[in-house]
Amino acid sequence: MTDTQYMAPQTLDEAVTAFAAGGEAARILAGGTDLLVQMGAGMVNPGVIVDVKKITELNSIEETADGGFVVGAAVAGAVLEEHPTFGKVWPGVLEGLNLIGSTQIQGRASLGGNLCNGSPAADGVPAMVAAGAVLTVQGPNGRRDIPVKDVPTGPGKTSLAPGEIAVCFTFPPRPAGSSDAYLRMIPRTEMDIAVVGVGVNLTMKDGVCTDASVGLGAVAPTVLLVEDAAKALIGSKLDAAALDAAAAACSAACNPIDDKRGTIAYRTKVAGVLLKRTAAIAAKRAAGV
Amino acid sequence: MSETTNKWIGQNTIRPDGAPKVTGSAAFAADTNMPGMIWGSVLRSPHAHARIKSIDTSKAEAHPGVKAVVTAADIVDFPVDTPFPLGIQDMRWMCRNVMAREKALFHGHPVAAVAATSEAIAAEACKLIEVDYEVLPHAIEIDDALAPDAPILHDFIEFEGKPSNIAGTLEHTKGDIEAGFAEADVIIERDFTTRPVHQGYIEPHACLVSVAADGKATIWSSSQGQFMVRAMTGLLTGIPQSDIRAIPAEIGGGFGGKTIVYLEPLATILSKKSGRPVKMVMTREEVMRASGPTSGSKSTIKIGAKKDGTITAAEGIYWLQAGGLPGSPIRGAVGCALAPYDIPNGRTFGYDVVSNRSKVAAYRAPGAPIGAFGIECVLDEIAEELGMDPLDLRLKNAAKEGTQAVHGPTYPLMGYVESLEAAKAHDHYKAPLGPNQGRGVASGFWFNAGGESSAQVNITEDGNVVVTTGHPDIGGSRAGIANICAELLGIDYRRVSVLIGDTATIGFSNLTGGSRVLFASSIVVTESTNNVIGTLCALAAKIWDIDPEAVIWEDGEARPAGANAGQFPPLTLEELAARANESGGPIGAGAQINTTGAEGGFGTHICDVEVDPELGTVQVLRYTVLQDVGRAVHPSYVEGQMQGGAVQAIGWALNEEYIYNKNGHVDNPGFLDYRMPVASDMPMIDTHIIEIPNPKHPQGVRGVGEVPLVPGLAAVRNAIHDAVGVRFNDLPMSPPVVLDALDMAEAAE
Repeated sequence: MTDTQYMAPQTLDEAVTAFAAGGEAARILAGGTDLLVQMGAGMVNPGVIVDVKKITELNSIEETADGGFVVGAAVAGAVLEEHPTFGKVWPGVLEGLNLIGSTQIQGRASLGGNLCNGSPAADGVPAMVAAGAVLTVQGPNGRRDIPVKDVPTGPGKTSLAPGEIAVCFTFPPRPAGSSDAYLRMIPRTEMDIAVVGVGVNLTMKDGVCTDASVGLGAVAPTVLLVEDAAKALIGSKLDAAALDAAAAACSAACNPIDDKRGTIAYRTKVAGVLLKRTAAIAAKRAAGV
Repeated sequence: MSETTNKWIGQNTIRPDGAPKVTGSAAFAADTNMPGMIWGSVLRSPHAHARIKSIDTSKAEAHPGVKAVVTAADIVDFPVDTPFPLGIQDMRWMCRNVMAREKALFHGHPVAAVAATSEAIAAEACKLIEVDYEVLPHAIEIDDALAPDAPILHDFIEFEGKPSNIAGTLEHTKGDIEAGFAEADVIIERDFTTRPVHQGYIEPHACLVSVAADGKATIWSSSQGQFMVRAMTGLLTGIPQSDIRAIPAEIGGGFGGKTIVYLEPLATILSKKSGRPVKMVMTREEVMRASGPTSGSKSTIKIGAKKDGTITAAEGIYWLQAGGLPGSPIRGAVGCALAPYDIPNGRTFGYDVVSNRSKVAAYRAPGAPIGAFGIECVLDEIAEELGMDPLDLRLKNAAKEGTQAVHGPTYPLMGYVESLEAAKAHDHYKAPLGPNQGRGVASGFWFNAGGESSAQVNITEDGNVVVTTGHPDIGGSRAGIANICAELLGIDYRRVSVLIGDTATIGFSNLTGGSRVLFASSIVVTESTNNVIGTLCALAAKIWDIDPEAVIWEDGEARPAGANAGQFPPLTLEELAARANESGGPIGAGAQINTTGAEGGFGTHICDVEVDPELGTVQVLRYTVLQDVGRAVHPSYVEGQMQGGAVQAIGWALNEEYIYNKNGHVDNPGFLDYRMPVASDMPMIDTHIIEIPNPKHPQGVRGVGEVPLVPGLAAVRNAIHDAVGVRFNDLPMSPPVVLDALDMAEAAE
């Protein structure tokens, strides 16, 4: 049995140094809502835990002059919910994050932690993929940007290099008539893990969809960006034929497994159903209804 | 005592356990600690079925910090050929369940346990124990266990002259079943399955045991019976019961699942060996892998009826999973299945089937929901076939006073018909339904129980009351007893403190189960309180120098019985308590009775659901429980029981399920993936309390807690059929199952 060292540095540079020095046995603690469960189950036994909740950059929310947002990777769900404008511009991203766990968990859980945990069923991720969000990471070799869609590489795996820490997410400015939504299927009403999750990001002009993006979770080893679904929506009035085509594209993109949370057939069908429902909510929001 | 004059019976008095639970000061099993305490950890079988060839604990014993190790060799053996029943258990199976003996019978079966100076050291030392297993093929499901080439779990079990996994059977018959079916105009026969479901108590099993240098053991644990803990621990460790004091903790949920021991005997032996107090607390994963769920089942149900709805014959054949050791609740299934109905020709038959799963434990009306499920589903189909309202079909065949049940007894006065009539008249039954919505009804029965109970009622020197009883309170018994004692004494209920005694401070009391506790304990409390009143009247008579028969007790004071008795100012309870030493001394009385007269309980449920036809999800929109409770001594607790039972039924019907992997391991041993309902899944469960007092009880009490789980599975299922036209005969009706069936139904059209 090895002892676990805990540290809570004030600066990102300190955190990067400590995290890199800790090697494979080091773990980042943002909210800890996955890490502590994994430790409790004996799945990981970290040599060093680097708590990033005291680093300003990872815990701030900034609205940029052009209407974009920079959200710290460790910002808790409850904190982002209280931001005066983020949820108005990105309601789908926010509702995805806010679906994670209970009220208590919302005081800790973050978009960065949810993404870096690498779960295909992460509720915070599909809407970020649909939003075209970009993750900034910092490691021993400096900073770099990675589109969120390219971060997960498989269950529990990410494209972050050893020693790299998630710093913040950049959400682009968006034209008028834009909004987003996230829906998930769970057998209960809360406190559950997505069987399917769909994020849809839309721009509508005069009733026509001029831009669209679809993120799909829990149906493949990683969250997917479903470009064929987006293509089916763009240029349409979100009529039944367009929605059917987009739903079919989502079902076609599925590469799920049979497991305790759902069957292949169920997930494949439900992905299409949720696409239609999520698109309808996003369109309504985009129209300002 | 009558409804119109009762002051406290029927009042929602403040719950005595409320403030401690809400403020966090209530002491549950894991809250007790002692100086010098060490920790116990259990090594569990990594195999679903394996012969244990040898166990070498030497490395673990040599590990720094380890103080004691226990294996099956330390547990008293009960030979398999000599039955040794204890309550609903048999010590032959208990000794093999707390610690695997010849074989590990399920994944998670205890094989050894270690006590060490920390939890981490104990867990690490467990890994140093070397167990030589001969891994055997396993059987998890009933059909696997009944297959001709099934692995046989126990070579000492034979059925029809051959080694078998059928460990027992039970049959009830009445009339001539074949003749009955011959008279029927419509006969419907269907097969059903239900899955094992866990009781889902929030508090995991936990205990602290200290065996002192004089050999006397003290056990603090959370259970449904401190005397059951004492008896089983004594039998399994060889310690006489007089040397064991079992102290019941406040209990964080039981639902039947804490009528059995898992940790106490192990901790007792570890403490005896180490000379240190030993604490053991299960993780949720251990609870889900190794503590009892209720049985999974399969059944074949056949019912015949005439065109006017009269049932001519009914038959139910049930197979219930027992887990790795015999003892599934077939009695509840075959006894309760047909109990609500006046049936001339009936037969129920149950098989107890062992397989490589954790041993089942009691769960709220054990077996009865399984028995009722298929019956209530087939009745729904017969009603549809005959074009009858399903409540009218039940009314037509309802058991009433004088009916002889298929399981044997002839019913006294009881309120099943009233529950059906109340359901028919209820607003809920007439409310309009929207698209994809449906309504189902079902009924259910539970035996209820009496049995041994002890109480002591003492008057304090300042004229207040302390009542001690012997049953852990899992459903409001303390509040109910306070109401009854206050009613009898004619004093404010706040002056009555009700405590649960330990095995050294109160007489033997059977465990909390069978919906027996308020029934039984109010009999002994009533007798004790009446004796106390007799003492008080005698004291007043002595003070007044009149005949004791000339004194009556009213509104908390002794009064002369009438003008002839003399003119004296009344003597209050306080005044008499202060003057107790003028005659006879301390005032108190106890009673110890094997109570009888518990009569069965009946209920009817109405359930509305909405099905999402694209996702297969089922939302329960509205739910009403109508039940004859005898007398609602504390109505909000009674409502809580009715609501809790219904919610557990809804969970069983819709989502709860153990998922086993191909190695025979539970793949969802936690609340995240074992999908019990959460609060937001449920509508407010409406209740309709019917009070047909039990004529054999001083306050008219019937058991309340178990009946409300029984009808729920079929009520939900019948509602889904009403909503979407598909009859589900297999539980759970989870979203993938429902969506698949809807797609198949659509394809068939």
